[in-house]
Amino acid sequence: MTAEQAAGQTGGRVLVLGIGNILWADEGFGVRVVEYLAARHDFPAPVELMDGGTQGLYLLPHLEDLAGLVIVDAIDFGLPPATLHQVHGADVPATIGARKMSLHQTGFQEVLALLDLRGHAPRRVSLIGVQPVTMQDYGGGLTERVAAQVAPAAQAVLDLLAREYGVRPLPLAGPADMGAGLMTPAVARAPYEAGRPDEQAACRHGDERLLARLGA
Amino acid sequence: MTIQTPNGFSLDNAGRRIVVDPITRIEGHMRVEVNVDAQNVIRNAVSTGTMWRGLEVILKGRDPRDAWAFVERICGVCTGCHALASVRAVEDALDIRIPTNAFLIRQIMAKVLAWHDHVVHFYHLHALDWVNPVNALKADPRATSALQQSVSPDHPKSSPGYFRDVQNRLKKFVESGQLGIFKNGYWDNASYLLPPEADLMAVTHYLEALDFQKEIVKIHTILGGKNPHPNYMVGGVPCAINIDGDMAAGAPLNMERLNFIQQKIQDAFEFSKNVYLPDVLAIASYYKGWLYGGGLAASNLMDYGDYPTVQGDKSTDRLPGGAIIGGNWNEIHPVDPRDPQQVQEFVTHSWYEYGKGREDVGLHPWDGVTDPHYALGAGAKGTRTNIVEVDENAKYSWVKAPRWRGHACEVGPLARYILAYAKGVPYVKAQVDDALGRFNSLAGTALTPQQALPTTIGRTLARALEAHYCAQQLLDDYDALITNIRNGDLATANVSKWDPSTWPKEAKGVGIVAAPRGGLGHWIRIRDGRIENYQCVVPSTWNGGPRDARGNIGAFEASLLGTPMSNPEQPVEILRTLHSFDPCMACATHVMAPDGEELARVTVR
Repeated sequence: MTAEQAAGQTGGRVLVLGIGNILWADEGFGVRVVEYLAARHDFPAPVELMDGGTQGLYLLPHLEDLAGLVIVDAIDFGLPPATLHQVHGADVPATIGARKMSLHQTGFQEVLALLDLRGHAPRRVSLIGVQPVTMQDYGGGLTERVAAQVAPAAQAVLDLLAREYGVRPLPLAGPADMGAGLMTPAVARAPYEAGRPDEQAACRHGDERLLARLGA
Repeated sequence: MTIQTPNGFSLDNAGRRIVVDPITRIEGHMRVEVNVDAQNVIRNAVSTGTMWRGLEVILKGRDPRDAWAFVERICGVCTGCHALASVRAVEDALDIRIPTNAFLIRQIMAKVLAWHDHVVHFYHLHALDWVNPVNALKADPRATSALQQSVSPDHPKSSPGYFRDVQNRLKKFVESGQLGIFKNGYWDNASYLLPPEADLMAVTHYLEALDFQKEIVKIHTILGGKNPHPNYMVGGVPCAINIDGDMAAGAPLNMERLNFIQQKIQDAFEFSKNVYLPDVLAIASYYKGWLYGGGLAASNLMDYGDYPTVQGDKSTDRLPGGAIIGGNWNEIHPVDPRDPQQVQEFVTHSWYEYGKGREDVGLHPWDGVTDPHYALGAGAKGTRTNIVEVDENAKYSWVKAPRWRGHACEVGPLARYILAYAKGVPYVKAQVDDALGRFNSLAGTALTPQQALPTTIGRTLARALEAHYCAQQLLDDYDALITNIRNGDLATANVSKWDPSTWPKEAKGVGIVAAPRGGLGHWIRIRDGRIENYQCVVPSTWNGGPRDARGNIGAFEASLLGTPMSNPEQPVEILRTLHSFDPCMACATHVMAPDGEELARVTVR
């Protein structure tokens, strides 16, 4: 099957976008889920995986006129910590804006609004999110309970792609490169977490006022 | 009580206190408190970075060759500048000279980023401080068309029908009641002065800018291998050149891609000339009486200098560095980022500590310390977790206070432009004189550069001029790259010192970049192949930092003094001036923002 034929089936490009700041513990969840997917599955065109990091407007060229956008992110849903949750359609921008926890989410709600204003909004949007346990651990990786949700979230993405777009990525035959081609190996999850300086060398705390507001 | 600061400002905190927290439409998180007198003129200003800054500490012990990939993740705006400063710092420490192609490709990447950042800043983050999109709905598209043709006759999109279409789109968007980008403005505030036709022109160009900005970043995808998060590399650039190669995925840079890059640069040049700069001049002419916001720009300015035509030769910097002190444009002091007596950071009023007996010392970044120490002053109101008012006589910000030989300085495009103008750089001199001539003719004024530049409007104008200069330099850098390749040089990386076994046991270096917001420096110390100390002194630290041990105030605080507010409940004037610096507090402090509302919370007491 050619890429054009595949695009015909889905009605255009489908982007699975992980967003968040990997430097802030569970904030990196979305990026780590797409990294996990890319390391284990081959995503044929027109499905693409992307590590969006904290980029806002820089993502615009990649987001125009999509048949589908699947966002993976850590969101304050007001649910128990480490709970997975899905939101679809018009609820997505409202959820991202109203429950924002970090800088990139303001930006991302605007990115969606700007796509809409200019007539390039994705035809379908979904959000697969996790309720973070903590984001106050600067320089840290995912907490244990949120890390345990990476595989289930990845499965939720695969289920959604099959259900909504009829796309079933095949498992990769061999092991993928560190960072799975999505990111430079230095900030892939394993070396990032293993290379962390100890607490003596690197303070890990944030601002008490923020911590109070986040209930962390 | 009125106090005089050593750097010549008068502060009076007697009047009503107004707290704006957070400042919106910026990256990161900041708060400002001002006191206004009975006429609502700002007489005291206190700028607080409200997040802890800890980028440096998480790099300790990591491989110096990887540092760029971490600093690229600080925030979503100037990622490439940090990555570039980082690889330059490591190369400086290890004495690595990069191939000419890599030098030119990095120049192109940096200026594409600067151009993109300036355009996005003006249209997306700053224009709404001057432009009223709701008012644009009232415009007669024929009047907008006439205005467009008078301020920029070369721009092809100028028909009444074109503006009517945009107006209809805007109307539909506003009426659909979407959580829009235009929500939460102070649209009935008397400080908005544009006629509806100018508002419609600016909003239309806001949309054109969005369409356009996504094209220019495709250059990053080609030269950086990917976007978002382009790749950088110690020793060069991670893209190979094969001029006759095909376009297969992952293939080296070939002629077809180079032609594509040239076309995008040309388009950027036209957009700066025909849209961005004319818009700034037209909008500024309606605000000709609003010459506030200069602050430190009228006296002290600093930049390290960048954009050389010859690698490693500072005398070829197209935007030369230096420091101007006390408003004397006739004397430009040389700036050396390695001299321990020049750039120093103070934490007397910052939530860090340097150790007992060292509260008031300034540390050069090679010896910098980032140990947090959060404590409120005796005069603060509220609690540690809910500050009502900070006490500016004590520690009050997560931003350090950098100084050049003890002087607070403004950094940024305005600083670079005043330095270049004062030095007589021909391109800059011609640009400034032409722009001021056009402004004076539109506004019916006769302002000199000394009067017009150190203002909020001057800051915004300098950014537009710099974007245009960057586009011109991009064309020149592109020609230099093609010439070098045609001469048979295909090298893009110097890997002779890639292996840490070739490094000295200890090394230190500094990487300097003319970042969109101002002079950026990364200082690194390497020991046994690992990062021992890393310090970033970022532009928004220079501009947004708190007072120093001697009581000198920084650029944000100085810029607000003397500004009259139409309505203290609606801080349009405060936002206008602070946005003119394009503050990015994400790296000055760091990235996390609370679940605050998009509208700035304003408290008046």
